Amino acid sequence: MSNESEGNFVTTDGRNIGGVMMEMKNITLRFGGVVALENISFNILEGEVRAIIGPNGAGKSSMLNVISGFYIPQEGEVIFQGSPRPSLKPFEVAHQGIARTFQNIALFEGMSVLDNVMTGRLTKMKTGIFSQMIWAGKAEREEIENREAVEKIIDFLEIQAIRKTPVSRLPYGLKKRVELARALAAEPNLLLLDEPMAGMNVEEKQDMSRFILDVNSEFGTTIALIEHDMGVVMDLSDRVVVMDYGRKIGDGTPDEVRNNQEVIDAYLGVSHD
Amino acid sequence: MNTVSTNELVSIPALLLRNVSIRGDMPAYREKEFGIWQSWTWSQTSLEIENFALGLRDLGVEKGDFVAIVGRNRPAMYWAMVAVQMLNAVPVPLYQDSVAEEMAYVLEHCGAKYVIVGDQEQVDKILEVQESVSGIEKIIYFDAKGLRKYEHSRLSSFIEVQEKGQSLRESQLTKLDKIRSSITLDDICVMLYTSGTTGRPKGVVLSNRNIIETSKNSAEFDNLKSSEETVAYLPMAWVGDFIFSIGQAYWTGFCVNCPESPETLNTDLREIGPSYYFAPPRVFETQLTSVMIRMEDAGNFKKWLFEKSMALAKRVGGNILDGNSVGVIDRIKYFLGDIFIFGPLKNTLGFSKIRVGYTAGEAIGPEIFEFYRSLGINLKQLYGQTEASVFITQHPDGEVRSDTVGVASPGVELKVAESGEVFYRSPGVFIEYFKNSESTGETKDRDGWVATGDAGFVEEETGHLRIIDRAKDVGKMLDGSLFAPKYVENKLKFYPNILEVVVFGNGREFCTAFINIDLIAVGNWAERMNIAYSSYQELAGHDLVMGTIKEHIEEINQSISEDSMLAGCQINRFLVLHKELDADDGELTRTRKVRRNIIEDKFSDLITALYDGSSSVSTETEVTYEDGRKGSIKATLTIHDTKTIDISQRMAAE
Repeated sequence: MSNESEGNFVTTDGRNIGGVMMEMKNITLRFGGVVALENISFNILEGEVRAIIGPNGAGKSSMLNVISGFYIPQEGEVIFQGSPRPSLKPFEVAHQGIARTFQNIALFEGMSVLDNVMTGRLTKMKTGIFSQMIWAGKAEREEIENREAVEKIIDFLEIQAIRKTPVSRLPYGLKKRVELARALAAEPNLLLLDEPMAGMNVEEKQDMSRFILDVNSEFGTTIALIEHDMGVVMDLSDRVVVMDYGRKIGDGTPDEVRNNQEVIDAYLGVSHD
Repeated sequence: MNTVSTNELVSIPALLLRNVSIRGDMPAYREKEFGIWQSWTWSQTSLEIENFALGLRDLGVEKGDFVAIVGRNRPAMYWAMVAVQMLNAVPVPLYQDSVAEEMAYVLEHCGAKYVIVGDQEQVDKILEVQESVSGIEKIIYFDAKGLRKYEHSRLSSFIEVQEKGQSLRESQLTKLDKIRSSITLDDICVMLYTSGTTGRPKGVVLSNRNIIETSKNSAEFDNLKSSEETVAYLPMAWVGDFIFSIGQAYWTGFCVNCPESPETLNTDLREIGPSYYFAPPRVFETQLTSVMIRMEDAGNFKKWLFEKSMALAKRVGGNILDGNSVGVIDRIKYFLGDIFIFGPLKNTLGFSKIRVGYTAGEAIGPEIFEFYRSLGINLKQLYGQTEASVFITQHPDGEVRSDTVGVASPGVELKVAESGEVFYRSPGVFIEYFKNSESTGETKDRDGWVATGDAGFVEEETGHLRIIDRAKDVGKMLDGSLFAPKYVENKLKFYPNILEVVVFGNGREFCTAFINIDLIAVGNWAERMNIAYSSYQELAGHDLVMGTIKEHIEEINQSISEDSMLAGCQINRFLVLHKELDADDGELTRTRKVRRNIIEDKFSDLITALYDGSSSVSTETEVTYEDGRKGSIKATLTIHDTKTIDISQRMAAE
């Protein structure tokens, strides 16, 4: 599998990995004098699960924010689906088919799970505010279509029992799942997950891993995720980017990365014997 | 289509044909999916089943084949069962929460070549089983989620099989009709594995005659109509579900509603409002516990009103339900209570429309039973077994008592042997235990009398049967007094704090007990008391919890001492177990009955400590996690002494 970075191959479990979906070229991001990302290049292939790992402060979240278009790097360019991406507003990014979840859950706490997931359909609603107020004809049909799509996601993520529960009453693990549901509701091509398993217990992590894999294989969604838990990352992802102090120190399949001396040093510390 | 005459109603597929012809447009199944109740009429159901049957036939299912079915209650799973029957093959429903090892035994035993499963979880288990059991040729799954990447040479989806059947419909339907009409009353209808409180599960073979006759008799007993609504949520492998959701449903033509997921059951119950309802005592206990917990959190006025109303209901509710005479003022009060408390409460529980409700499987605590009756819910008891196609005795309307299990069901004869063991004979009596003629011979004699394994007696005046305990569990204490563990356990289990109890004392000087606390109830209490805990084990070992349990035991000791026959069963010493008794560890059956021998074996060190006077004991126990991995728990348990009432002194004083 030497030509992996060029794409177009079939994984051992039968999924099709396509061509390059997104390419980062020599990205450098600075906040004042602080260099958050330094000359980073890697790509994301269509249909793969791509992980970005690294110790605290390595620049993972900054990287994800560059991918999502929230940060504009001072140097380098992001090429999305073949063409360089200009500076975009968040809703424009959403229209491009990119959806994300957040490290610190960002749901509407007072709203029900169902309503929260429905907000993920916003980009799919085309009727104007007035016809939605009158609630007849096209607006009604549209709502029904969107509700159906949302119900399928609720079924997929097995959150039927909390459909009508206000989000503020849910435990942490379920909130994470609701956030994933909202991101999926946008039917993204590229799904960005910022520490989807942070703060979860073993059982919740297993559930979440299962859902992430299912999303990838059922919908063919490309997934880029940031994660702390090495074990989880190695099991989930097709390829891993390793970062440390804003630099890329490793890139490759989980096995390659695991045996990379620089990665071992960064992650486990250098032994002084 | 011509109406099918009664003497042709010899099988479930025949009943299906009849239902299509007389009530084709009435709903047969509903399932909540994507947040909406989807429904299928009898005509649609028949089409679904026929197509699936044609597809199965194409795969090679033949008369007499055993086809295992594993999944939660969904219309498709029920259709699969009837489709198998349509080919005169035998459906074998299995408990979906069985671990792979248990499934392997059963699949090997019945030699199933085909397994129809609900989802990926079950597929994974069967694939694991396949490594040791060779006969399985094909796995048919319903929910494709997560299965896309699997190697599909031995996997087919339900839909694929159905579509294949559909395409063969024109050419093959007459052949299917031929098989369907060749089914006789004496062919096997279904094989159900008993969960077995002792030893390996046994395959109970039930004929069409067993199921059809029993369904007919029991439906007539309660005057069931085609307009009944039921919610199917109990394990499909349990004989009760087979009789209620298939036997009676097809006989009377009522609608079976399947919940969206096991977690949404309460919402779904409330939305459907079943008129015919069935639940083991545990479900009623859990619901009562959750009501009581929520009332504890309510404001003072609400609490006061609830307590007042329940006291009134306890006094008159049951009598009103039974049609006994009740004073006008009480009736007015009860009417008001119904508007403000009982009605809304019943509605919350989903019990507003219940016309006939049954509890069975285990003895229900009299207080729990009375609670539901006093709300005006016609809850009755039923005593049955897989070997009897469920029904042995049941309560007729108006004759409901918590201390009996009712009178012999229609067509059932009862007799009590010298030893006190209850025997029965009925049209529902099973044919045999599959590949186990030895056990068949032990249980069923040549005249068709079946031993229940329960000790009891029939009341002369009323004909009601009273069950004391499992015949093999009833024993004698060292001083010769009667030992009936179940009786004591049930009294204790009424306390919301206590989930499970195992009482020991057979052949011993005094009685002792293992207690499992109810984590939900006690956890809620701990929260209010500001007691921090991190696990079941920690909470179970807390001094305040121990104190409460001790109080409960002393209360029941008091009440037991009032019954001179059973006064010896008072509990002298107890401990709270460090783990919850669990079916995965073999301590309970899949229907959550206590397996005494296994517990006695496994915790023998604890029992020794209960009897040798020590005040604490250290132990280590192996546990099995849900995914089959094993681990162990270490704990030091304290043993507490409890006050008992000495009846000899008391009698002397009187």
